[in-house]
Order: sequence, then C-alpha cells, then structure tokens
Amino acid sequence: MAFFLEVLIGGLLAGVLYSLVALGFVLIFKASGVFNFAQGAMVLTAALALVRTLDIAQKEWHWPFGLALAAGFAFAAVVMAVIAWAAERMVLRKLVNQEGIILFMATIGMTFFIEGLAQTLFGADVYPLNIGLPKEPVFILESVFDGGILVNELDIWAAVIAGLLVAGLALFFQRTRIGRALRAVADDHAAAQSVGIPLNQIWFIVWLVAGLVALVAGAVWGSKLGVQFSLSLLALKALPVLILGGFTSVPGAIIGGLIIGAGEKLAEVFVGPSMGGGIEIWFAYVLALLFLLVRPQGLFGERIIERV
Amino acid sequence: MGLHKLALLGAAIASAGVIAATTAPGSAWAQNEQFIPGLVYRTGAYAPNGIPFADGARDYITLLNERDGGINGVKITFEECETGYATDRGVECYERLKGKGPTGAAYFSPLSTGITFALTEKAPGDKVPLITMGYGRSDSRDGAVFEWNFPLLGTYWTAANVAVQHIAKEMGGFDKLKGKKIALLYHDSPYGKEPIAALDIMSKKYGFEFLPIPVAAPGTEQKSQWLQIRQQKPDYVLLWGWGVMNSAAVTEAGNVNYPRDKMIGVWWSGAEPDVVPAGEKGAGYKALMLQHPAGKSAVYADLEKLVIAPGKSLAKPDEIGSVLYNRGLINSMLGTESIRTAMAKFGNKPMTGEQVRWGIEHLDLTAERIKQLGFEGMIGPIKVSCADHEGTRLSRVHQWDGKKWNIISDWYTADDAVIAPLVKDTAAKYATEKKITPRDCSKES
Repeated sequence: MAFFLEVLIGGLLAGVLYSLVALGFVLIFKASGVFNFAQGAMVLTAALALVRTLDIAQKEWHWPFGLALAAGFAFAAVVMAVIAWAAERMVLRKLVNQEGIILFMATIGMTFFIEGLAQTLFGADVYPLNIGLPKEPVFILESVFDGGILVNELDIWAAVIAGLLVAGLALFFQRTRIGRALRAVADDHAAAQSVGIPLNQIWFIVWLVAGLVALVAGAVWGSKLGVQFSLSLLALKALPVLILGGFTSVPGAIIGGLIIGAGEKLAEVFVGPSMGGGIEIWFAYVLALLFLLVRPQGLFGERIIERV
Repeated sequence: MGLHKLALLGAAIASAGVIAATTAPGSAWAQNEQFIPGLVYRTGAYAPNGIPFADGARDYITLLNERDGGINGVKITFEECETGYATDRGVECYERLKGKGPTGAAYFSPLSTGITFALTEKAPGDKVPLITMGYGRSDSRDGAVFEWNFPLLGTYWTAANVAVQHIAKEMGGFDKLKGKKIALLYHDSPYGKEPIAALDIMSKKYGFEFLPIPVAAPGTEQKSQWLQIRQQKPDYVLLWGWGVMNSAAVTEAGNVNYPRDKMIGVWWSGAEPDVVPAGEKGAGYKALMLQHPAGKSAVYADLEKLVIAPGKSLAKPDEIGSVLYNRGLINSMLGTESIRTAMAKFGNKPMTGEQVRWGIEHLDLTAERIKQLGFEGMIGPIKVSCADHEGTRLSRVHQWDGKKWNIISDWYTADDAVIAPLVKDTAAKYATEKKITPRDCSKES
C-alpha cells in the first residue's frame, strides 16, 4: 500500500510539472485558436536566458545571488517579450484569417528557428540551474507506513508554484481589463474587434503571458534536469495532458496533468514489467485517447456546436 | 511556362549538375588529399555530449595537417555533417559524403549505435569501413562476418563484463555475487539493449539476479524507474544511458537516496555533461572508461601550440581535456593511424575505403608507438586482426567526486571465456540471416 501511494504521489507531482508546460499551450490556444507548437522551444529559450544571465551575473560580475537571480528572470522575461512581439508582428499578423492548420505549421517553423537561435546565442551545453529551490528527498507519513513515503522537495515546490500560477492567471483573466479583453477575443475575434478591442495588442499580450509561463516551467524543469536542449522536448509530455484536459481550460491543464502523471507512473510500475517496460510515454496517449472516446472536447474543453 | 519560370528551372538543373559533379569521386578535388567525413551532432538533445567529441576529432586532424602536412605528406580534408543523433539523418549524411574526395571517404565513425546498425548493411556494398569505437554491434568484433565494422577499444559486452568484474571485486569475489541483484537502467534503443545478452549469461554463470529496466528516450522523466529501483533494492545499478538520460538518472538516484557509489555507468554515461547537472548529487557515481581518462596527455603540447592557441579549434576552454574531447582525439588518432598502416602497404597516396579497411584490420599500436603519438596513459596497446576487430578488451573505472573524475581501479581485461562464445553464436546467426559467407581468417594477410 505504501509503495502504491508513493508511486501515486510521485505521479501526481510529476503531472504538475507537465501541467506547467501545458498551461502555455492553453493560454495561446484559448486566446487565438493557435496550437503553438513552439511552446517547448520557448521553455528552452527562457531557461537558457535565465541560467546564462544568472551565471554571468554571479561569476563574472560577482553580484549577490538574489540580485543575480532577479536579473536573470528580468532578462529572460525581456527575451520572452521579444519573442511574443516577433511572433505577433512577423507571423500572426501576416497570417490573420488563415486556416488553423497554416498557423500551426507556422509555429512548427518557429520552433526550429527559436531552438536554433537560442542555442546559437546562449550555447548548447548543459547548464546546472540553482534558483534556491530545495531538492532533497523527504519522507512523509512515517508514523503510518514503515519507512514512510518518499517525495522530493522540488516536486512539492513545483506543485505550490503551479497552484500560485493558476491562481494568478485566474485573477488576471477575471479581474483585469486586459484579462476580460483576452476572454472576449477568445470567444469571438470578430465581435471583439468590432467593439474596439485591438486584436494585435491582445495577441502580443497573450504570447507574452505564455512566455512568462514558459519561463516558470523552464526554471522549475531546469532546476530538476539542468538547462539543456531536452527542455524543448517537454512539449511532447504536455500533449496528452492537453488532449485529456481540453485545449481551452486552465483548470483542465492542471487536472489533465495530474491524471496523466499518476496514470503513466502507475502503469509503468505495475503493468510495465509484464510488458517489457518503457510503456509510460505511449500509455499517456492511450489514456488521453480513452478519455476522448467519452468526452471528445477533453475533460474541461468547450463543446463546439456548429449550426449549418 | 513563362520565360521567368523557364530561367529558374534552367538554373535549378544547372545547380543540380554542379552539385552532382562536385560530389562524384575524383572530380574537382586535389588529387593528393585524403577525405575523412565526420558524422556529428552539434545540435539537438544530445549536443552537449556530441560537441566535445566532434571538436576533439576535428582538432586532431587539424593538428596532423598543421604539424605534419597530413599523413605521410597526404593532406587530410575533413567535412562534418550534422546528424542530430537521428538514424535517418545519419544515413543521409553517409550517402552524401561517401563519394567525396579523390578516393571517397576513408572511413565513417557514425557515433550512434542506431546509425551503425543502419550503415552495417550499406558499408560492404560501398566498400567503406565503419570505425565504431566503443559502440555499435558487439558481435561485429568478429571480422570474419563483419568485414567492414571495427568496434575498436571495446564493445558493450566487454563493458558489461568489466562492470561485473568490478562489482565482484568490490564485493570480495565472484562467489559473493550469488543471490545479489544487479539492475540495468537502459536507454530503450538498440544501444541500451546491447548489453542485455551478456548480462543474462553472466547472471546465470555467477548466480546474481538480473533486473533490466528500460527508460524511453530521451529519458528526461525517470521517476517510475527509480521508484521501482527503490522498491527492488538492487545491490548495484548499471547505467546504459546517453545525453540527458544520464544526468537525470544520477539526479533521480539522489532523489530516492540510492547510493551513487553503487551505480556504474557505461563509458557513454561517464563524462562531465552526465554528472555536472546533478550537482552534489553526482558525487560518488562511478563509470567505466573507454580506457582513457579526462586530462591532458603529451599530445596536448602540440595541440595547444598549433591548433588551440592559433584559434583553429572550435572547442571552448572547459571542453579541452574533458572525457569526450579526449575520446574524439583518440577516434581520429586510430583512424589516421589506420590510414598510415594502409599507406605502408599501398604507398603514400590517398587511400580508398577498401585500402583503409585493410589498414584498420592490421592496426598494431604498441605502447612505444602510443607514447610517440603522445597518447601514453590514454589507451593501452591495440592489435586488430581479421578475427578480432575490437583489438583490445581493456577498461578501467573512474569516479566523480563532485568536481572531477578520479581513476579508482587498475586495468581490467574482459573475460573472453564469457564473451567469445556469445560473439561466435550471434555473428553466425547474422551471417546465416544475411547470407554472408564468413571469411577464413587463417588465410587473410
């Protein structure tokens, strides 16, 4: 029982980390209907900008850790703003009113461009990242189970950060003018434009917010794995989360992440050995597709009814 | 078709013609040049490991050109092709480069077991040898069947045997292995699966329980595998990873409190990029050595003077002297010494792939020659033959102390009583399957 709980909790916490990446996809899809394939590349770029600035500020300029960290986050946020501006100015604006698949293909092109540029500017090495998050293993419920249940402090912090991020995004969408404008654009581009909401500005803002979410995801995943190209591949871990949670729901990204994380870990540990192991990657997609059979729009996605 | 489109079409056809002409063997190349291709990965998920190797390989060739004017007066031309560690791109690079230079490519180092598997089928037809130093098919050491493959310095079966020898030594003898549990955490690919056959045999021979645990590529997420390890409590974990999988494994070992000094990585899991991201959690982790350590041997005197100081190297300062940079140097040294061996028989001129194959098969680097080349302390003597395309079965173990690798063992020689029958068996099966008639090595000269 203790081991089952350990795997379950480990899976749920891993799922939160997937949700951090999935959130960026949701924000852009919700506001512009674009499936931004470049979200993984944005995670990589944000993390590289953060770690390289942090390294230089600490090692070459001898800044104290807190100041160097603030500079790192600030510079990475600026880089994300530049990407958001460039994406809106050079891609989205030119492709406005095109089919969704064309915009999707454009983001695939952006992925390769951003990945290549980021590695050229910031290097292709593995950079250890320390943003002050504790990483030690801790044992919980020791009085209930012999030996307790192992969890990692970093995973717990990631869950806290994801919770704060979702709360922040909810407040932003519900309580601010820009947030309401974003929701209006998400509901109907043309109607939003007709009441004077500037579409180009909204798109820039939503890409910027997705970039900042990518920065948070990059900081957490970079602390876990070191900042390296593989962060870009995290997009693949977010896909089943999106399929399951729905492409337009922020809570869906979180719940989807939890279900995928727990499901894939339990499957790998308890079913995997009888199938030769290594099943968790495809199992996550199977799980997501099974949910789709029941709810094609995803758990929390909007049901689209088109009248003809 | 308009005039403009017609002109464009004409230009395209003309360009294609120019490309075809320049890639055909023997055309538009200086006739006294030896072409060596480099299949590299400087981008993508495996770039942190691919870059130092590529830089080392390139720098040694630059050194030969700068210091000696090439090999016996034959200048070396070198061209890299980016594979991204992807098999399809590797095959594409091979097709593009195999015919370059006045005599075609001297040899290929695919630097990927997946690409090696794909090229093993093509190399005999194209008559281009494959140097797969420390990787590729383990049974390809049988030169009677695998005429064009050379897994020089060590195969994965050699590595697996040496790892078990080291564990036995730490435990106080092979008899102590009985009833113990050894896990293999492996990259779920042809590379990662390669040691399983040898470990299966050794588990029966020595009586330990063998627990293979796959990790799907790229291996960023290993929580479930390490929870299994925490539950199963193996006495040792062998790590057969590459790229991010290695650093993620070392980090996760720390996360579940698995002792790092009970982990032994293969030599592709034993370089700086594999442990640095884990920070303090990496301290104590051990790995096999493809004979050589990190650090600088005598060859660095010339390298620094003629290649690095004049700015002819692409390597960053912290790469130089690292494990994988040294591996790149050694790879090029073995390749160029094979060309030199071939020249001793066929004359000082650019060698064809077929002649280089003969050179590799007759490569004999004594301790004295290795010292002359400036590689003393990096590798032991190697003597390749028709029957033995591996040439040596030596390895050592080094341990990461949190800042640098330290050699902690003496030389081990893999036990051929365990490996040779497996090589013979699988190579024979491959020969039957591919309808290859094995050469009679006693008649080869």
